[in-house]
Parts: sequence; structure tokens; C-alpha cells
Amino acid sequence: MLKILHQIFRTGIVTEPLPEPVEAEIAVVGKRLEEAVLRRFSRSLAIREVDAGSCNGCELEIIAMNNPIYNCERFGMQFTASPRFADLLLVTGPVSVNMEIALRRTYDATPDPKLVIAVGDCGCNGGVFGESYASLGAVSNIIPVDACIPGCPPTPFDLLNGILRLINGQQPRQHHLETGSNLG
Amino acid sequence: MTQLYDTITTHFGPAAIPGNTLSGETVRELTVPRESFADAARLMKKAGARLAAEWGVDESALGRGFALFACYALASEYLLVRCTLPLEDPTFPSLTREYIPAFRFERQIHSLMGLLPTGHVHSDLRPWIKFEDWPADAWPLRKSFAAGQRLPRVAGEYRWARVSGEGVYEIPVGPVHAGIIEPGHFRFQAVGEDIINLEERLGYTHKGIEKRFETLSPADGARLAGRVSGDSTVGHALTYCRALEALSSCQPPPRALWLRALFLERERIANHLGDIGAIANDAAFAFILCQLSRLKERILRTNQQLFGHRYLMDRVVPGGVSADLPPDGAAKIRQELDWLVDEFERIIAIYDLNPSLEDRLRTTGVLRPDLARELGTVGYVARASGQHLDCRIQNPFPPYDQIPPVEVVLNSCDVHARAWVRVEEVRDSVRLIRAFLETFPAGELRAPCGAAPAFCSAFSSVEGWRGEILYWLQSGINGEINRCTIRDPASVNWLALEQAVLGNIVPDFPLCNKSFNQSYSGHDL
Repeated sequence: MLKILHQIFRTGIVTEPLPEPVEAEIAVVGKRLEEAVLRRFSRSLAIREVDAGSCNGCELEIIAMNNPIYNCERFGMQFTASPRFADLLLVTGPVSVNMEIALRRTYDATPDPKLVIAVGDCGCNGGVFGESYASLGAVSNIIPVDACIPGCPPTPFDLLNGILRLINGQQPRQHHLETGSNLG
Repeated sequence: MTQLYDTITTHFGPAAIPGNTLSGETVRELTVPRESFADAARLMKKAGARLAAEWGVDESALGRGFALFACYALASEYLLVRCTLPLEDPTFPSLTREYIPAFRFERQIHSLMGLLPTGHVHSDLRPWIKFEDWPADAWPLRKSFAAGQRLPRVAGEYRWARVSGEGVYEIPVGPVHAGIIEPGHFRFQAVGEDIINLEERLGYTHKGIEKRFETLSPADGARLAGRVSGDSTVGHALTYCRALEALSSCQPPPRALWLRALFLERERIANHLGDIGAIANDAAFAFILCQLSRLKERILRTNQQLFGHRYLMDRVVPGGVSADLPPDGAAKIRQELDWLVDEFERIIAIYDLNPSLEDRLRTTGVLRPDLARELGTVGYVARASGQHLDCRIQNPFPPYDQIPPVEVVLNSCDVHARAWVRVEEVRDSVRLIRAFLETFPAGELRAPCGAAPAFCSAFSSVEGWRGEILYWLQSGINGEINRCTIRDPASVNWLALEQAVLGNIVPDFPLCNKSFNQSYSGHDL
């Protein structure tokens, strides 16, 4: 026990302030929610992560959002175990044919009002996997998407900035995706 | 070095025809008559070989029917045994009588390629990776199947294994799990808290990767290989590139080889740090996870700073690497490792001296050595169950031939052993990286990788952080990719999880699962 306490005090607080993004890492594509609702979300945002077929690269960075350095909970963001009490779905892609039904059901199980963010190049536009017999491409091909955070994978700072900009009601700058074709 | 090859050629004589797989002297290919395909398996089993992979190839573009390959491995030798299947009768003798992993391989071959395993032993032809709501005759890996088509959903039912009896109940889990992990379905049958059966159902992340390779140029394939399983991006890209380089007789310059090994070991350290923390966290010891994720983050940031990507994606390219070690890079890495080792040892001492953690990890999720061998497991799963398997030692490429890793094999076969193999491997990877830096060659980063010759194939194996990754690459008439088959460690190790959890309590499943930490995407392809 003493060793644990010693290590904790040695380490101190490692959480870093969020840097101002150099450029907007988010593209808002859906109809925005009312400002009042967004403001309420910003103090306590329950997030359900859904891997709809990713390579697991985006999951690494979403997990890293929870580590002591990025510490997403300081912004009131919590990852929940069920869509039933989620405010935001963080969906990585591409959406595989075999995950389509599960993704739709997860979306339907999330109570209104809800936000959906497509994460990563694959979630935004299908990425290297594109569309095929097995891949349905962008998340927005399957469920309504409010914003996209591109990157392969997007860094934890990209993710935190993207989510905060969406829910704090700031007007994010439009971000042009190199290969994006499903932004409408 | 040619024990398996000699066994087959002695037995079959001229009926076994050497093939043209280009991959160095430890890899050989033999074509045997189709009716003798299972006989060859019997010989291999007797010789002590494991079945590393089994896959089908549509060779209609080459004017032939189908081909079926079984890859056997013993020590440093890989033997690819091939047989030809005529177009009008795409059946092959099942290997399931000799090899348990053949059940999954053959279900996959049947589902995606439409080749039918025969022989009375194979009773399980339920679709695998393909789901029951796909048309039964949709075989995506056949050349006649258009990659871009949308399949209609049909009615269908999956027949789950059933257990009956007083007090037996079933727990379905997934595909969307409670944590931030990939999708898959687990079905438990339990009595009280004891698991009496676990059936996995995977395939949710099937993205058609093998088919997609056939639409890409060989050079573009590396980018896709780097996204087969994101956490093993270096391992997969490297295995792919090594196969492609064997195919096109390309020799990457020494500096590139050293950088590749450096990337591979950095990937190993980063993932092991995350895993050890996650295992402790699943036993409610969040302190270890918080501490180790801090160390992992430092590794990722150094990657970003020196090589331009946190996970080193797209840094391994055909012919070499796309990022160099900057002039001050070696000093930065040494500094980082000094800090890392100091912190790591402090944290691991706490991990090691915690009796309540030990209580959860020891004797939990035991995978007996005989089962680990029978199921063909690889990587830390195999090494924690007494198996001496590490491609870096058995099939070393420079610099591993000059700076060999220390083999880490443990015998307690439980969650603790799988965690502790990782601890020892972090220590050894640090030692390897320091040794690489001492001997870093100067020179070019990339050699030109010419076109692949027509109708050739190449095989490669690399010890990724999760274990042995295999690629088999075949060129078509214009040197394009005719077939790229991938065997991630997960393709075999998932089988072992089903066995390791038996008799454990349901609440220990997350702990067992985390200690395996297999890739869904690498399995589903």
C-alpha cells in the first residue's frame, strides 16, 4: 500500500490542458440540436462507443481519451456500458454488412435527443475499405450523423476537441475531407 | 530444416510436385494428389507439425480450377501442401480428423470460397464470418463474384450449440459490448456461476479485406495491410511487404531492416503496456492501468515526434520504410527507455506484490499445454502455455539474426502467465531496441520494388506483438494480386479462449478475454 501511495504522489497530476486546435478537426454535417440541449450535454455527456467494423485503430485512441493524460472525465464525458443512457454515439467504421443491424438497433436504443459522431476516415467516408459486398462505407450511409472527426486514427486531442466543439455550441469551421464524398 | 518436406517427398515420391513459392529456404511448397491431401496431414501430424493455416485459391484466372493449401510448421520449417480442385467438383478431403483448427479454417473456406470439405469427420458446416442472412451461394473469394455488389439479406437461422439440464442457463453477450472494444458475440452456458460452454460467433467486422487486396496494386496493398488490425499495423504491413519483396526479388537496405525491427519492438512495448494495465484493471486494480497508460502514451508520443505517426501506420512500405531515424533520434529513444524502465519496474513491483491481484490472476483461465499445442496457438498465448514459438527466433530476419530475442516461455498457463510473458517481453524489447541503436547502419531507406512476375507466390511470417502473422501472396498474369491470404494470430487463438474459460466463473470471463486480447478485425478480415 505504501508503494502505491508513493507512486501516486511521485507521479502527481499528469492531465494536460487541451491545446487550441490548429485547424478545425471536425465537420458538422447534420442538423444541430437546440443550444439549450447542447449546453446541458456539455456538463454531463454520456458516450456510447460503437465499433461498427473498424480495424481497432480508432478504438486505441478512444481508449486513450480515458487515460490520465487526456482525462475526458474532467469535461464531464463518461463512456457508458449501454446505449440506453447515452447522449452521444461515437461510431467507428466502415460499417460492415454484418454490423449494420446491430448499429441500427444501438441507434434506436439511444434515447432522444441524441448526437452521433462518425470517427476516423473510415467512419467519415469508408476509408481504405470503401464500399463493397462486405462494407457499407460511411456511418452516415446507415444512421443520421451530426459530425465527422476524420483521421487515421484521429488523436485523443482531435477527438476531445471535436466533441467539445460540437456540444459547446461553438461554430466549428467546415473541414474539407480529402476523399470525403458522404458529407451531405 | 527440411524434415516436413522430406517426410512428404519420401512417402509420395514423384506424386509430390515441388511448387514455386518464393520465400527463402525455410518455406517450401509441394502439390499432392487431391485424394492424398488428408494423408499428407496424417504424416505431418505424426512428424509433430502444427497446422498454421489452411486456405483456398481461385486459380481460374490462371486457367486452372481451385487450389487448396495447408500450411504446416515445425521449428523453423514451413511446408505448404497444395492440391488442385477441378472447377466442376470443388471438394477436398477435410483435415479435421488430424487437426482441430481445421474446423474453423474449413468453415471459412466453405463460406467464402464455396469449396466443400468432405470426409465423415466434418460435421460443422455452419457459415463462419459469412452470416446466415447472406445468400448461401455468395462466395466472395471466387473470381466470378463482383466485389462491389450488394448482397440481399435472406432469412436464415444460426444453429447454436445447446446445453440442457437442470439449472443450465444461457448468457448472450454482444456484438456491441459494454467496453470500448471490437464487436463479437459470445454465448455462455452456465450453471450457477460456472461456465460449462462458451461459443464464439465472430465475423461482425468482416470488411472484405482479402477481396479488396485483389483490386489494389501490390504497392497500394501495404496501406491496406496496415489496417487489417490497427493495433498491429507494423506487424501486418511488414508481413505483407516481406511477401511482396520475396515475390519481386526486392532487397530492402540494411537501415530499413533496422528501422522495421525498431518499429516492431516499439509496437510490442506499447501494446503490452496497454494489455498489462487492462488485465489489472479487469481485476479492479485501476491504478496499474492509469500508470501504464501513461507509459504507453510516452511511447506513442515519441513515435509521433520521431517518425510522424503515433502507431507508425504506413511507415513500413514495400522495399523499405518511409520514415528515418532523425540525427537526435537515438538519444531521444535511449532517454525515453531509461525513463520507461525506471517507471515500469516500480509499477511492476507493485503489481507483483499485490496478493489480491494474484488471487484473481493465478489459476484463472488455464490453457493446458497439450491443448495449446493441439489448437495451434501462437504468440504470448502459446508461450504462456509452455510452447516454444517465436518467429523472431525460428525465422529471424536481420537484425534479429544478429541480435536475437530472449525466448520467454512460462508454464503456469493462466491469466498471470499471459500477463507475465508480456512483462518479460517489454523488458526484452527494451534490450533489443538498445542493441539495435548500437548497431544502426547508415544508408538508404528504400530499395525499388519492381513488378512481380506472373503466376508466382510468396509466403512470409513475422512475429507481431500478438504472435505469428502469416501472409501468402499470389500474383496474376500481369503481376497484379490474384490472392492475398492473411492468417492473423487471432484466427487460431480465438479457439483457445473457448477452452480456457471452461470451469471458470462467468465474472472471470473479462479477465480471461483480456489476457488473450485477440483481434476481431484481424480474424474477421
